[in-house]
Amino acid sequence: MKINENLAISESGFLFNPSTGESFTVNPIGAEIIEKLKVGKSEEEILNELHDTYEIDKKSLQKDLLDFNQILKQYQLLEQDEETSN
Amino acid sequence: MKKPVINIGVTGLNAIDSPGPGVAVIRGLREAGSFDIRIIGFAYESLEPGIYMHDLVDRTYQIPYPSTGTDALLSRLEYIHSREKLDVIIPNFDAELYSFMKLESKLLQMGIHMFLPTMEQFEERHKVNLSEFGKKYGIDVPLGKAIFDSSEIFDLQKDFDFPLMVKGKWYDAYIAYNMEQARTYFNKISAKWGLPVVLQRYVHGTEYNVTGLGDGKGNTIAAVPMRKQFITDKGKAWAGISIDDKKLLSITQKFISATKWKGAFELEMMKSNDNKYYLMEINPRIPAWVYLAVGVGQNIPEALTNLAMGNEVAPFESYEVGKLFIRYSYDMIVDRSEFEKISMNGEL
Amino acid sequence: MEKKRYERPHLVKLDTGMPSKAGLRGDSPATTRIDGVQVKELIAKFGSPLFVMSEQTIRSTYQKAFKAFSTRYPKVQFAWSYKTNYLPAVCNVFHQEGSWAEVVSGFEYDKALANGIDPGKIIFNGPGKSAEELKKAAENGSLIHIDHLDELYLLTDLAGEMKRKPLVAIRVNMDTGIYPMWDRFGFNYENGQAWDALNKIMLAGKLELVGLHTHIGTFIMSATPYAVAASKLADLALGLQQKFNHNIRYIDMGGGFASKNTLKGSYLPGADTNPSFDDYAEAITTALVNSGFKPESLPLLILETGRALIDEAGYIITSVIANKRLSTGRRATVIDAGVNLLFTSFWYEHPVTPAQGFSQYREENTLYGPLCMNIDCVRDSINLPLLNKGDSLVIHYTGAYNLTQWMQFITLRPNVVMIDREGNTHLIRESESVNVISGLEKTPDYLKHVK
Repeated sequence: MKINENLAISESGFLFNPSTGESFTVNPIGAEIIEKLKVGKSEEEILNELHDTYEIDKKSLQKDLLDFNQILKQYQLLEQDEETSN
Repeated sequence: MKKPVINIGVTGLNAIDSPGPGVAVIRGLREAGSFDIRIIGFAYESLEPGIYMHDLVDRTYQIPYPSTGTDALLSRLEYIHSREKLDVIIPNFDAELYSFMKLESKLLQMGIHMFLPTMEQFEERHKVNLSEFGKKYGIDVPLGKAIFDSSEIFDLQKDFDFPLMVKGKWYDAYIAYNMEQARTYFNKISAKWGLPVVLQRYVHGTEYNVTGLGDGKGNTIAAVPMRKQFITDKGKAWAGISIDDKKLLSITQKFISATKWKGAFELEMMKSNDNKYYLMEINPRIPAWVYLAVGVGQNIPEALTNLAMGNEVAPFESYEVGKLFIRYSYDMIVDRSEFEKISMNGEL
Repeated sequence: MEKKRYERPHLVKLDTGMPSKAGLRGDSPATTRIDGVQVKELIAKFGSPLFVMSEQTIRSTYQKAFKAFSTRYPKVQFAWSYKTNYLPAVCNVFHQEGSWAEVVSGFEYDKALANGIDPGKIIFNGPGKSAEELKKAAENGSLIHIDHLDELYLLTDLAGEMKRKPLVAIRVNMDTGIYPMWDRFGFNYENGQAWDALNKIMLAGKLELVGLHTHIGTFIMSATPYAVAASKLADLALGLQQKFNHNIRYIDMGGGFASKNTLKGSYLPGADTNPSFDDYAEAITTALVNSGFKPESLPLLILETGRALIDEAGYIITSVIANKRLSTGRRATVIDAGVNLLFTSFWYEHPVTPAQGFSQYREENTLYGPLCMNIDCVRDSINLPLLNKGDSLVIHYTGAYNLTQWMQFITLRPNVVMIDREGNTHLIRESESVNVISGLEKTPDYLKHVK
């Protein structure tokens, strides 16, 4: 799974997808996840890094990350990998 | 002498195909001879075109929808006032008038003036009460009745011929040509807008509109009649012409003097085929075509602002007859960052 | 290193119609305290969900209502509507403030007696009074409001065996211009039933006619119908004066005033549009003062206001059990208070606020209760901050009817506390235990074994 690399996130949390013209608003931790996805971090890495930073148990965090991923997919901000989509 | 600068908050910046009056109001205010202005736009949605018209609107703030309640609206207005020192607010939407009327005295304490109808005027001119209104003030209105049950349509057959109008409490109107249609429309409208539903006798004829301004003491400050020349598929005028019709003006004056109407309004009139005039609807605010009135010599937004500020305003004596307004659309080019700012911060 | 405060990752598409966080500024600030007491503390001590009644709000609301009427009319008496909330602690706050009791069943009648109220200050309404109940009330000197002819005849019969003449009023229903018209209770005004019943009482001479009563409906969002109702009752009273030279002692206008709650489907919130006590008082008292009563014989004005006096004093504290996403992508939150405790959520959009601080991010949410029942939905659509499991919410305006109409469906009912004017918390109804329910159940011997 790959994040759309052209996504532009401003400091205020305004997210613009140039390939679809859609705009979104994202909270700081959401923006942080997207930035991590952009530099190619795996879900496992993101989970561990966030767990080290934030006051939250791992199970809840994992559940929220899964949910966030689904949202990214729903809005077509995440692209399926070529191999897996076949 | 230097003219005073008045800070005016204006809503209804949605200058779209079914436009809000805000942009037209602001154009009138920009042409005012008696004062200079700063315009503070109030927007509900981030794509209202007026937000991006920087030659007309100095700064825009998003405000909460009326359904959020007056407490939320008041606290937002307090915030805006702390930054902009508002002198006057001109609300332009039907749906928001109630909330602004509720806040009138609180806003006045803050030094913010409005010039709105009284709650009583606002209620009694309501579609549901129009028949009573006509009786009370001796103004011809089409026979109408507010009903709560579709079975009442049957009982009313002796008073109403088909076709008849079936109208929702807030919006929507249909012409029914028989009982089955009337019941269908009743069900359709009541599902969407609730009860009651208004049945109104259908008047064959030509529609005329009057916009005007009453000073709250029974005097007519402004009145300009117009006939729509062309109508969009949404039923909005896209061109219209100012006309000279003494009867329309005298009905308007009667309306103002009888009700002691305070504030701006639009009357929707129907002239029947036998030359009788019926008052179909009273909109308790400035209409979107108000710039025609400005253009023919009656600057209603300016006069309204002066009345709000407590200044003496002399009635307009005349207007130019036979002037047209022709509406057009216009594409602005706007940078994404502006959309971002209004969307994220609620201010631009 | 100390870890940062966590908030769920959140992303939402910008629609032009969507109010931004700024547009909502000022909307539902957190309710971290109720009458000065921390919500967190209340949960720790009494559990979640929890009903909370504010004594301060009850008293100040009552005083506001009383003032609205008593400044406009010389003789005013409120009677607390037991069916709205009959917890003894709540009733007695009203009784201390000077309210009589208004009851609609033998059960409520006994509750009022147990609360220590003078039986002469109990109004007995309702269509279903038994012979024993009528007898007891009549002998106690309570005020019996007759609902139908059968009751009138029964009471007239019973009166023969009593030492004391029963004190009665009749309930009158009428067209006040509102829809629906409540015509199932009492005697109709327009078709002459009411006048007929009054004549029967006066001519039989067995009952002492002391008042006239009406109750035009519920959650009446305009004051005008009350003016119509008051004039019609005044007409009946003046008719009695003329024909029988009989002065009634009181006119009872019933209840039905709207609280600040918002009815489902309303565009504007109820707190903005519903009439105030002053509006209702103005309509009713103007109609009475302008009717044909001589100033010295103006009847006592009784009001049985329930909902509008108590709704705002009640809160439900509830906690988030789970967060989910529905098949459409919509966010749903499961909380531990459902329609079993919040019966009124079928009609109202109760305001719901978070009980802890939050960031500016919000999402559209559906609030479901914990019941395994599809209709258990507290709010279809509400904008809330990003809630985590275990977070708490406060549901507002829940004081009316929920503590009498709540359901013991699949679970037990929770604690109810009252916060007094000094900020002390009192348990006023203990949470139910299994024994309270199962103790009443009997199993025939042959069904005691399942093998």
